[in-house]
Amino acid sequence: MLTLRRVAEALELEALTGQDWLDRAVTSGYASDLLSCAMNRAKAGCLWVTLQSHLNVVAVASLLGLSGVVLTEGSRPDQETLLKAESEGVALLATERSTFTVVARLAHLGLRGEPDGL
Amino acid sequence: MLYIPHISKVHELIYELRTERVMRRDVITVSPDTSMSQLKEVLRLNRISGAPVVEDGRLVGIVSIENLIRSLEEGDTDAPVRKRMTRRVVCVRQDESVIEAVKKFSHHGVGRLPVVDDQGNLVGILTAGDITRGLLEAIGLNYQEQEAARNGGAPAFQEIVSDRTELTLTYRVRARDFKGGGRAASKLKRVLSSLGAPPQLVRRAAIAAYEAEMNLVIHTERGGELQAVIEPHFLHIAAVDDGPGIPSVEQVMRPGYSTAPHAIRELGFGAGMGLTNIQRCADTMKLESLTGVGTRLDISFMLRPEGADPPTGES
Repeated sequence: MLTLRRVAEALELEALTGQDWLDRAVTSGYASDLLSCAMNRAKAGCLWVTLQSHLNVVAVASLLGLSGVVLTEGSRPDQETLLKAESEGVALLATERSTFTVVARLAHLGLRGEPDGL
Repeated sequence: MLYIPHISKVHELIYELRTERVMRRDVITVSPDTSMSQLKEVLRLNRISGAPVVEDGRLVGIVSIENLIRSLEEGDTDAPVRKRMTRRVVCVRQDESVIEAVKKFSHHGVGRLPVVDDQGNLVGILTAGDITRGLLEAIGLNYQEQEAARNGGAPAFQEIVSDRTELTLTYRVRARDFKGGGRAASKLKRVLSSLGAPPQLVRRAAIAAYEAEMNLVIHTERGGELQAVIEPHFLHIAAVDDGPGIPSVEQVMRPGYSTAPHAIRELGFGAGMGLTNIQRCADTMKLESLTGVGTRLDISFMLRPEGADPPTGES
């Protein structure tokens, strides 16, 4: 089973929030910077990869029960967003790498995307 | 719509009701010096699955059946509870609003929450069932008080309560408030969860409410209201605003059509998928608008048994 800890270690992600939740299972992956698309496609347990890092990212992750959010390209949330993420149980993991690289590495770890519905 | 004035009072209750009013005070506790084998008897005799650990009145930990099983596996049953208990206890304060306890239940996945006073002394214990019961009692009381006042004393409407039970929640949504956006949807989600709605329905309703709320944030001049009416087998969500209104309802229903300005799209909003997402999640959706007057979006969900929900985009 893939956990946040394994993902964070393999991709050298910095856990901005949620050090206590690293044993959470990551069941699928999804990448998009559009919140409505994430709202539509990401499922509970999903790891969401995005360069958005504002408060609504936390709202979407919390509403959907995502396993965590990877913030790419050095995107950093403000203090308010971090506090909200901490209180809502949303794990935020940061990296300087691009979304493409992160997704490629996640796929290499065996993580599958949400079904494309084709 | 005679009942609306009552219900808005009820809505306030969810936020006003204090933990101390719904918690149970007869808590079975153990001391840190109790042995794990004694704990086993305490749990068995009282048919409970865990107990707060109290030392001189203060809450110092919580010990559960999982801790007990682990100590049995390791042949460590003579160990004191102190050694095997969980020290970081998720608890609530007695003067906190019930909604705070509801949040903690859903975030930490715990079945019971010890209740403490401001000195950290254990004063009670709370389960999700206690909240539901307390809320229903409070709603009933409030309803009766009002009706009694209206009828000059006789609470003659208990039959009405059993004929039709519904809860109306109203959330004010401010225009351009991107930071607060999503707050109403997540509050509604918690209420639905705490009332025991099936997880699939909660998720569908949360998505629809979020998109409707963001539409009010992004597109209105003065914000609007998100209203939810919860009935035992039916959920209705409405997003209502007073302008500017939509020139062509047909056009905005097209997936990908967006009028959001660039600055909003940069934040990841305005993909033109909001209404499409709502339609996908809801059983029925109706959009009515008049330019210069306002817009009303009605979204309905039928509560079916779990597993009978329509797919929400899964292939």
